[in-house]
Amino acid sequence: MNSLILRTAVPALAGLMLLFSIYVLLRGHNEPGGGFIGGLIGASAFAIYTIAEGLASARRALIVPPITIAGVGLFLAAISGIVSLLFGDAFLTGQWWFPAFNPDLKYFSSVVLFDIGVYLVVVGAISGIAFALEERE
Amino acid sequence: MAEFGAQFLEWSIDIAYVAIMMSFALTVFRLLRGPTLADRVVSLDMMALLGIVFIGVFSLSTGVYAYLDVAIALALIGFLATVAFARYIYRGALAERRGSDVPDEGDDS
Repeated sequence: MNSLILRTAVPALAGLMLLFSIYVLLRGHNEPGGGFIGGLIGASAFAIYTIAEGLASARRALIVPPITIAGVGLFLAAISGIVSLLFGDAFLTGQWWFPAFNPDLKYFSSVVLFDIGVYLVVVGAISGIAFALEERE
Repeated sequence: MAEFGAQFLEWSIDIAYVAIMMSFALTVFRLLRGPTLADRVVSLDMMALLGIVFIGVFSLSTGVYAYLDVAIALALIGFLATVAFARYIYRGALAERRGSDVPDEGDDS
């Protein structure tokens, strides 16, 4: 859409939305939030960018095809399940690693990896749908 | 003095709730009445804004600050629907002017 206001505001706003989506993703560890809702916010950033700047620019902003992002996310989520099999637990049981230099850092776990995988799947799938809808018009 | 402050905050929250409800009623009136499509779209945008305001006041009155993040998310996402509606109206007007059903963007700057 050829609107000066939109094209000026959207790049900054889309960056803000991506930042907030990552904040929601990481905060989902202990408080409301998580991979799914963060991924939705991130995908809306790409959707609004598509509307303002056009499909070609949005594809260039995403660098890789959206399906690739979704596939990598699914792979990460599956890896986080297999990690627990290596330790003899059931599939997808949370595994935690407490670093020796500071055991209070309790953020290194397969749960975070799974959440990042969900985030990437949602971003890739929803942006792919938005791109396909834009392409058809 | 602190008691007066708490009392004053309570009054303010009550007044804010009443004001939000009144503006919500006016917005719904515009949504139902709105002569043109653009009026209805603006009133829908206004409704999203009122939702943000309501969440802010609710977060103040309950003291649960997690609600403020919902308000931030709604403020970031809420205008997406308005932009999509605006584009829909724009394309409709474009197609009407050309007398065809297939609008294409680009050369109409």
